[in-house]
Amino acid sequence: MDRIPVLQMGKFLLVTIQVDLYDRLALNLESDLVQMVSKTGARGVLIDISALSIVDSFMGRIIGNIGNMSKIMDAETVVVGMQPAVAITLVELGLELKGVSTALNVVKGMELLHKKIGSFEDTIEEEEHDDSSTD
Amino acid sequence: MIIQKEQDVVPFRNRVKEYAVKIGMSLVNQTKLITAASELVRNMLKYGNGGNTVIEVVSKGRENGIRLSFIDKGPGIKDVELAMKDGYSTGRSLGLGLPGAKRLVSEFDIKSAVGKGTTVTIIKWKNG
Repeated sequence: MDRIPVLQMGKFLLVTIQVDLYDRLALNLESDLVQMVSKTGARGVLIDISALSIVDSFMGRIIGNIGNMSKIMDAETVVVGMQPAVAITLVELGLELKGVSTALNVVKGMELLHKKIGSFEDTIEEEEHDDSSTD
Repeated sequence: MIIQKEQDVVPFRNRVKEYAVKIGMSLVNQTKLITAASELVRNMLKYGNGGNTVIEVVSKGRENGIRLSFIDKGPGIKDVELAMKDGYSTGRSLGLGLPGAKRLVSEFDIKSAVGKGTTVTIIKWKNG
């Protein structure tokens, strides 16, 4: 069966969609990703869609689902590399990508993920620090 | 081009793209047309059990365009007006397919008869 590979990079999962998605492939990716988040304890998911020439309502819904499911599993999702024509089409179609953050490219997407997760971990460290100082 | 299973969708989209490129359609309009085509072909598979598609180059005056027809012999749509509403779906989807596709193209026509099937025809003008 066709699958889109999911790579693990430290605390993050990396997906580069390089083929045109048909529905079954998108659904497989959805379930694979959520299972990988659970298995690896990943804190962030980066999805690169720069090679996708179209995103229709079904694919948009899958991307939204991945974002929401990952959120429930305590991971942030960032979608990167959307082509301008795809963005124009998505908005006219009436699709908002709810629950997913976007970034222009992989580098910026990684920065965003680090910021989101980093800031969260900083606050934990600070809290722990505060606890020790009050002891 | 006959569409009977999900895997037929990607080749169909590629064929539409070839035609759009041939008449020199801009990338944004190509993307809109292919996205609309993708929505309609999915509807045809999901609700009409597949069907036939026709891709044609049409012209009006100096303007060229692509006309796509989606013909299925499925159960038909009871209330076309309702089906064209944003957010309405009898399946478990977002209900953006038909109204979204209409917004993305220049001309949109839908004919449906219960028990006989549905035909959707769209045109995207090169500069429209």
